[in-house]
Order: sequence, then C-alpha cells, then structure tokens
Amino acid sequence: MTGTDLFTPTKRRSRRSVTLVVGCVLAGLIALLAAVSLFWLPYDADDTSGGRLAGPGDGHLLGTDKLGRDLFTQVMTGSRIAVEAGLGSVLIAAAVGITLGVLAAYAQGWIDDTLSAFLDILIAFPTLLLAMLIVAARSATLGSAVLAIGLAQSAVVARLVRILVKRVLAQDYITAARTSGTSWPRTVLSHVLPNIWPTLVVNLALQFGLAVLAEAGLSYLGLGAPPPNASWGRMLQEAQATFTTAPAGALAPGILLVLLVIGVNLIADGLRDTLDPATRRRRA
Amino acid sequence: MTLLDVRGLTVRTDDGRILVDDLSFTVAGGERLGLIGESGSGKSLTTLAVLGLLPDGMTSSGSVELAGTQMVGAAERSLTGVRGRDAAVVFQEPLTALDPLMRLGRQIAEPLARRTGLTGKHLRGAVHQALEQVRLPEPDRIARAFAHEVSGGQRQRVALAMALACEPKLLIADEPTTALDVSVQAEMLELIDGLVREREMAVLFVSHDLAVVSRVTDRVLVMKDGRAVEQGVVHDIVRAPRETYTRALVASARKLESALDLRSAP
Amino acid sequence: MTPVLELKDAAVRYRGTAADVVADVSLAVEAGESLALVGESGAGKTTLLRLLLGLARPTAGAVRFDGAGLNPRDREQMRRFRRSVQCVFQDPYSSLDPSRRVGAIVAEPLRSLGLDSRSTAAPKVAAALERVGLQADAVDRYPHEFSGGQRQRIAIARATVCDPRVLLADEPVSALDVTTRVKVVDLLAELKQERGLTLVMVSHDLSVVASLCERTAVLERGRVVEQGATSQVLGEPGHPYTRRLIESVPRLPV
Repeated sequence: MTGTDLFTPTKRRSRRSVTLVVGCVLAGLIALLAAVSLFWLPYDADDTSGGRLAGPGDGHLLGTDKLGRDLFTQVMTGSRIAVEAGLGSVLIAAAVGITLGVLAAYAQGWIDDTLSAFLDILIAFPTLLLAMLIVAARSATLGSAVLAIGLAQSAVVARLVRILVKRVLAQDYITAARTSGTSWPRTVLSHVLPNIWPTLVVNLALQFGLAVLAEAGLSYLGLGAPPPNASWGRMLQEAQATFTTAPAGALAPGILLVLLVIGVNLIADGLRDTLDPATRRRRA
Repeated sequence: MTLLDVRGLTVRTDDGRILVDDLSFTVAGGERLGLIGESGSGKSLTTLAVLGLLPDGMTSSGSVELAGTQMVGAAERSLTGVRGRDAAVVFQEPLTALDPLMRLGRQIAEPLARRTGLTGKHLRGAVHQALEQVRLPEPDRIARAFAHEVSGGQRQRVALAMALACEPKLLIADEPTTALDVSVQAEMLELIDGLVREREMAVLFVSHDLAVVSRVTDRVLVMKDGRAVEQGVVHDIVRAPRETYTRALVASARKLESALDLRSAP
Repeated sequence: MTPVLELKDAAVRYRGTAADVVADVSLAVEAGESLALVGESGAGKTTLLRLLLGLARPTAGAVRFDGAGLNPRDREQMRRFRRSVQCVFQDPYSSLDPSRRVGAIVAEPLRSLGLDSRSTAAPKVAAALERVGLQADAVDRYPHEFSGGQRQRIAIARATVCDPRVLLADEPVSALDVTTRVKVVDLLAELKQERGLTLVMVSHDLSVVASLCERTAVLERGRVVEQGATSQVLGEPGHPYTRRLIESVPRLPV
C-alpha cells in the first residue's frame, strides 16, 4: 500500500518521457538559436549587401529577402523575439492571473460571482482583438504586444487558478493549517501554491505556445515590433508576395514557428504526466 | 450448479507486482459468499477481475467462469453480455456510481429497457416498481431527482435498484454500506438480505467489517495480501478462527465491540 | 471548576437557509474529561466541532474557552487557544499536505504559533513521531508513502506536538480498517492517560465512543437529545433515537 502508484503502467510511463525529450529537443533548438543571437549574428540587421531574393548558398544559408537582407540573420532575431514574447507574456499572465485567481478563490458570494463573470467576459473576448486594441492605444512595439497578450491570457490563468485553489481550500490540510495557527498568506505560499503548481505549470507551458503564435499574428498584421526587428510573423508577411519564386523567406520562419509551438506543447504534455503521480493515488 | 467458479486467479500489475495470488473459490446459485479483508487485501480487485473490469495496467490469469462464460482474457463483447445479465454490481460510493447529470429514474430505466424491451408508460411503471422494491418512499420524486438531491442511503438504494433491474443471477456488492450511517446501514443490509432471499440470487459480498459480513452471508473467505487465508461457514470462522490472521481479525473486532457490552451491562 | 471548553445555547445558521443547522446546544467539557458527540450525517456534529475549534462563529449563543468568550479577532487569545486546542481530522488522505514532508507537517503548529525555530522544533517532532509508533526517518518522507493508519498517526503526532490541553477528534478512525482502528484507539487512550488530555470526539462509531469517552452527547438534527455518562447513555438509552442507533450496530455472532 505504500510507494508507487498502482495504476500507472510502465509502458505508458516510458512513452511520456519520450514526449518530454522530443519536446525539449525541439524547443531547445529554437532557444539555442535565440541565445546565440544575443551574442552573434552572421550579418547586421540592415545589411542589404546580398542580392535581392537570392536563393540559399553563397554566404547566405537561407538566402536573402526582397531587400537583400540575410534570411538566416532574420530567422535568428525572430527566434529571440519569439522566445521573449513567449516568456514575457507568460510572466505577465502568471503574475496577474495567479493573483486574481487566488483572490477569486477566497472570495465568497457576490464578489466571487462578479469576479468570475468578469474573467469569463475577458476570456470570451478574442485574444488577438484585445491585443490589437491595446497595441493601437499605445505604440506598436514588442513591449505593447507582450503586455496585450499577457493580459489577455491572464484571464484564462486566473480562471484555472481559481478552480484549482478552490479545490485545495476544500481539503482538510488547509483547515489543519488554520488550527495550527498558520497565517493566511503563509497558507497560500506553503500549502496552496505548491499544490496547484503541477497543473498550473502545464497550463503556462501551453500559454507560451499560444503567446508565440499571438505575437506572430500581431506582427503579421503589422501591429508587433516594427522593422528592422524581424519577428517571424513580419517575415511571413513580407515573404508572402514572393512565396512562389523564393519560398525560403516564408518557409524558414513558418517551419521554425511550428517547431517551437509543437515543442512547447510536447513539453506541456510530458510535464503533465510526469508531475502528477504521487498526488493521484487511489486508496488501495 | 456452480454459478461462479474462480480457479487460480492471479492479478498482477505490468511491472510484475502480484496483487491477487492464486485465488480459488466457488459460489453456487443462491449461495451467499463474503470476501473479508483489510485495505490492500485484494478483495475489491477480485470483484473487478470477476467482471473483467480491471483497470489498464493490470492483467489477470487463471480461470474465472461466470454463468458458463470464461471471463479471463475474454473479448469485451462477450463480457458485456455477462455484465448486467448474469452479474450486477453495487459499489461503495453511490455518488460516483450514479451519473450526476442524469435523472435517477432514467438511470434505472436504461437497464430495465434493455432487459424487458418496455417503453413509455410501461417502462415508467417498471421503474416505479423497481424503486418500490428497494423500499424508497415517494418513488415519483426520486425518479425525477438528480443524484445530489437525495441522501446517501437513498442513492445506494437506487444503485441497488439499478443492479437488480437486470435480474442478475449473481449480485456483487463491494462495501455497499461502508459509506452509510449506522442506522441506514442496518436498513440497507436488511433490504439486501430480504431481496436476495426473495429472488434466490447468489451474492458475493465484499467488506472489511466482520459483523456486517456475518449478517448477510453464509460462507466467508478471508483474504490477506492477495491470498486466501481461510474459508468456511461464517459462524464457524467467527467463533473458532483457525489461522493466526483470522484470529487477529476476530480479536480486534471483538475487542472494539466489547466496549459497547461493558457499557450496556445493567 | 471552569470548564475548559463550553458551548452555551449555541446555534448556527448558514446564510440563505431557513433552518438552524444546530440549535440550543449547551455542552461543557471539564479538564481531563472526554466527551463524545454522537449522531448521524446531518446531525450537526461537524458544525459543533467547527465551533469548538474557533473556525466558525455561532449565530446565537456563545463559545467559551477557559470561561472567556472565544473571540477570533483577539490575536493573543487565539494564539493561546490554538496552542491548547488541537484537532485530528477524519480523512487521513486529505488532512496531510501532499506537497510537504512529514517533518514539516508535524512541525507546523510549533512554527506557526511561534513556539520553536526550525532547529528547536526538530527534536520535538522526532519525539512526537516516535510516540505514535513511527520511525525517525519518517520526517523526510512524503504522506503518500504511508498507509491510512500511519497517516492518521502522523496527524495525531501533529496534533500533540505542541502539548495541547485539549484534543478534538473528528471521526479519527472511521476511515481505517478494524485492526488499525483498534491500534489507533489504543494510542489515543494511552495519550489521554499519559498527558491528562481532554478529549472531545465526534463519531458515529459507538464502540469507539464507548472505548474512549466517559461522557456522551447524542445529536439528532442539530439538537442534543441526550447527554450524560457513556455507560448510561449507551447502556440504558432514554431517547428513542439513541436506542435506534444502538440497535443498528451490527454485532458479531457470539
């Protein structure tokens, strides 16, 4: 009756770690590109020395865009922007979402109802639309985009945190903390957050992928970081017209975008399965 | 006529742990057998194995013949024919056994309709009858209610009605009264006892409570760590347990009960 | 002698409901005494326990600790109260925080009440665990590594580590097997004896009540219908409800 989870077959367990590994490899590659781009880029961002729309080869790994700029450099910069967008949005979503969620969970009666309704309305509002409104109100920079996406996502995180925290608050160990004299803030830090952490982390990983896609979408529409900062979304928009003659300009950012999002989703999947076992034991 | 014939049943997990070890017992038609043991003894897993309901990651080997059908390693299709028709189950926790989003009347109607082919007014009548059989007052209200709108004892009666609706030859009850209050438990045991005798059903009753088991069964099998420890007529086992483990079990139960006796002394 | 815990004409009604969950309840627990609260689901036992634990306020009547009204806003009183009155909960699977190690769980009352630092708490934690029959290495393990009976022992260790005067227990053995039940009941009896603990136990299991408590109060639908010495209440019950409860207990054949 002690020790391992009775109901987790070994076959399933090894399949999960494969998911996690593959996810880490994919996302890791992009992260590596992003990290390297901080120190070294093959060309300057505004170096238009290469011929226009040149194919791969001859000093340009992927070719050049319609202005003669190196595509590989742009792809590397884009990876940095994608990672920054993902991390920034998730941090904002987590900070705002967790705070709102915990408050909503402790709230009773009409305060709880009002807060939940507010969150639901926010969630129903299309993220991209919300982001566009915020970006239009401020200037179009990466910062604005990240803020917008982060806020939009915080509603989803808050909703999730609210229900997770409510479930934890119903447990006897919370009552036991009260009778042990533990203060409310301490209870949240030591008992509530550690117990919602696994599910929350998985959700945040998924939000990362969504944030990257949202930023790409905003940049595609011209609402993200302005040139010469080559966000992948912007690259896609610029390469649209010349897709048939010089596909590399669209394929490179497109494929990397897909790889990053799939990689992060696989990490989320793998994490979900590995973080759960001990807490999910059924009574024998 | 042997209704349930279990021979050398072994249940193991995928990583080799043995949860039920070479278990053998029989239940004849109309006979009532109790499976008694503590947490981790494998008694609940045995009932799941008998019905072919073991969760993923566990496999059973050996032989389980229920009303002539081999249950170990059988295809799901043949198993569904047996479940409900030849054997029905009542589990411990009525809240999880009943669909929370479906009205109780409809949950009873489904197995009834499958078995009798009745529809409309006749089906409704049969549902009422089923509810009356388990002595539920206000069958109209109960039929229209949802699981969370009735008490634990009432839910368990509904679960029993659902199990009996299929007129099974064997009723498997896995700790059906453990989650109930003591007075409700007493009524429930009396109800099960009466209905089972009336319909001449066989019963496989699983519990950790010796007193409960001795109330509703004729024979009992004591289990520990997946193995059978002792088997016999329940009154013999309780009055003169042979094995060490059984003696310890009986002694603990008697010790607790004796506290009540002292107080009841005039 | 001032009773250590007392309920005087207490009533509780939840917002939005018509009826009182408990009403007209008067109970007094003297130091060193043990009282059982018996009744079925919906009888209000848990609500009464919450009143006695200072987790809920009565809508009428009073809750008294050492003769003084219990005021949740009085920090100093609550600190003294929490140190003196501890609780063992019903479900051993939900009363221990699965994300913390056993050592931290048992030390929590000492740390939260400001009684000990981490280093001075450690020997007390070890002693408490040993007293309930668990090995010293349990401090570094997680709750899911233990069985139900062992978890309940951990809960008892947590409840006794700060040396309380009163132990409240909410169905402490209902979730356990019969053989484990006997062992935990024995443990509680020993602790009661050793430390002169006052015990207030909520239970629907009459044999456990009879083993541990000298006095019993029977609750039906939020009201105390019978109260007195356990030998009297369970031996010669006056109220029909009590009689019905006793008759319902399934007995082993002699």
